[in-house]
Amino acid sequence: MSTTHIDTLNYLDNTGDDPAVRARLVVGDNDFHSVTDKVCGIVEMPKTPPMWWVAFAISSSLTLVLFSMIGYLITTGIGVWGLNVPVGWGYAIVNFVFWVGIGHAGTLISAILFLLRQRWRTSINRFAEAMTIFAVVCAGIFPGIHVGRIWFAYWLFPIPNQMLMWPNFRSPLLWDVFAVGTYATVSLLFWYMGMIPDLASIRDRATTRLRYYVYGFLSLGWRSSNRHWHRFEFAYLLLASLATPLVLSVHSVVSFDFAVSIMPGWHTTIFPPYFVAGAIFSGFAMVTTLIIPTRKLFHLEEIITKRHLENMAKIMLATGMMVGLAYSTEFFVAWYSGNQFEAFTFLNRAFGPYAWAYWTMVTCNVVVPQIFWFRKLRNNTLILWIASVLINVGMWFERFVIVVSSLSRDYLPTSWGYYRPSAIDVLTFVGSFGLFFTLFLLFIRFLPLIGMAEVKGVMPQAHLDRPGHRGHGDYHGDIAGAEVV
Amino acid sequence: MKDQTTTGGESTVLYGYLAQFDKVDELLVGAARVRDAGYTRWDAHTPFVIHGLDAAMGVKKTILPYIVFAGGLTGTTAGILLQWWTNAVDYPFLISGKPLFSLPANIPVAFETTILFAALSALVGMLALNGLPRLYHPLFRSRAFKRATDDHFFISIEAEDPLFDRESTRKLLESISGRPVEEVEDEV
Repeated sequence: MSTTHIDTLNYLDNTGDDPAVRARLVVGDNDFHSVTDKVCGIVEMPKTPPMWWVAFAISSSLTLVLFSMIGYLITTGIGVWGLNVPVGWGYAIVNFVFWVGIGHAGTLISAILFLLRQRWRTSINRFAEAMTIFAVVCAGIFPGIHVGRIWFAYWLFPIPNQMLMWPNFRSPLLWDVFAVGTYATVSLLFWYMGMIPDLASIRDRATTRLRYYVYGFLSLGWRSSNRHWHRFEFAYLLLASLATPLVLSVHSVVSFDFAVSIMPGWHTTIFPPYFVAGAIFSGFAMVTTLIIPTRKLFHLEEIITKRHLENMAKIMLATGMMVGLAYSTEFFVAWYSGNQFEAFTFLNRAFGPYAWAYWTMVTCNVVVPQIFWFRKLRNNTLILWIASVLINVGMWFERFVIVVSSLSRDYLPTSWGYYRPSAIDVLTFVGSFGLFFTLFLLFIRFLPLIGMAEVKGVMPQAHLDRPGHRGHGDYHGDIAGAEVV
Repeated sequence: MKDQTTTGGESTVLYGYLAQFDKVDELLVGAARVRDAGYTRWDAHTPFVIHGLDAAMGVKKTILPYIVFAGGLTGTTAGILLQWWTNAVDYPFLISGKPLFSLPANIPVAFETTILFAALSALVGMLALNGLPRLYHPLFRSRAFKRATDDHFFISIEAEDPLFDRESTRKLLESISGRPVEEVEDEV
């Protein structure tokens, strides 16, 4: 195909909403081989890009900060944190809920969008699933170290022990152990299974012995057999169907940690859907924050197209609105319930000592996403990136507001208090970002960050070349003569 | 074993024939022809899932869903039994005068164990039915076959197939792929 420079620019832009034109999911002059080349090329690069090293140096240093803070905590005691008597849940629980929430976008993209036949997911699902797993790793650390005497952390699990006691299965905290544990395991299975054919692609292109053996071992001898694909597709469908209720249950169970208590501001039935919507919102924001620099660094703009970013912006707009609705519903119910403690809690959130956190949350989560109504703004990569970072900030503050403001002022004014994180709290939180980014950087360098086999399946060349059935794009309405090829 | 040959000190035996295709359409037509010729020990190899290929090959629907269902039921039972045994029998937990064993409080954990067991059986079942992991396979000896995970499509017919015949099978594959077939050998 020969095109002028101007034509190429237009051709790369697949964000139009004209229903007569089926949007291409892979733009540019790509075929199956060029997709393999682009994705495997990242793993095969002889020299790692300098920007990767810079990012890795920073993130691995921050990981060391995390580990030193945990070491200090264990050797000294939980007093190094800013917790006090009314506020017994501080940064650790805020960070736990924040990181678990981030993970939800990965499962939404890989499972729910798969069931809904949203084919654009193929370019970003591997990436988002990886993010899920690393976020759950970060999340898992916090309850573990929050128990104080972490050498007793095994009490969380139903393991026969010297006290002949078992954990209490009627506590949501134990449900959480099972929910998060299952979520981490299933996400890992799903991620790995989807990656097997792509690991085989790297194996088959290997030019060094080491790469041949490592990827050969990881791909389990996958030989692209259609009889295997048949069962693979079924396993994928089943895992997607299992992961869908699972992802909705995980943040619901996390919300039970709060909702099952009698704390004003926590004891409410809106929590499960409100937490799930917020989780998806924050997760998409994190995917966007990570994917924009990655696609730039590795020149993947033709596979992770502007349309993918635009779709994510639309999901953020929708879930941001749901979160906004939940904020206002909480206020309405606090008034409508006639419960004076509930009413006080919400007035206290908006106008009390933590008002600064509350309004940061509202600004970032409700006001900022409104810019996505405008096509020009949501299609501007820089603006989208800044907005996604702000949403991440806002969603962290949401958890801070929920956890801290309710605890600091509950029923008895005599037991009110103000919570201030210590430097150790802040450094532990910042360090957890280091761990997250370190795992992420290793992933994008050593594993196929785009599901090649799935992307190839949504390219027009993958389908029968007969009229009326060509190219699977975003739209399924097939209008003759309007096909973009 | 038939047709044993020795090349370069290594004795090999014919594993089967490998035919290559460039386009999805050609592969689908070819697969239907091989199916209709009555072969049973053959396969298609594609870099991604191709819709319609299962029908063109006559692949029977997998039993995997039943395995996953059994796995899920096992998970539910295990989750309920675990909670009943630990909180009602072995170490009775009396909380606010509530019954020692009541289903509603046990649903979340039973749900999670259901999903966990079902998901594990989906992955393990898929691999077991596919006979994976299997790090060595005679097809990996073919240089051209490396493109099967990239952009080329293949049909392989095993020499073990009862209908396999050096001449007629070669003719069939060459007529559908329009190019010479490759003989794939295996170690004895």
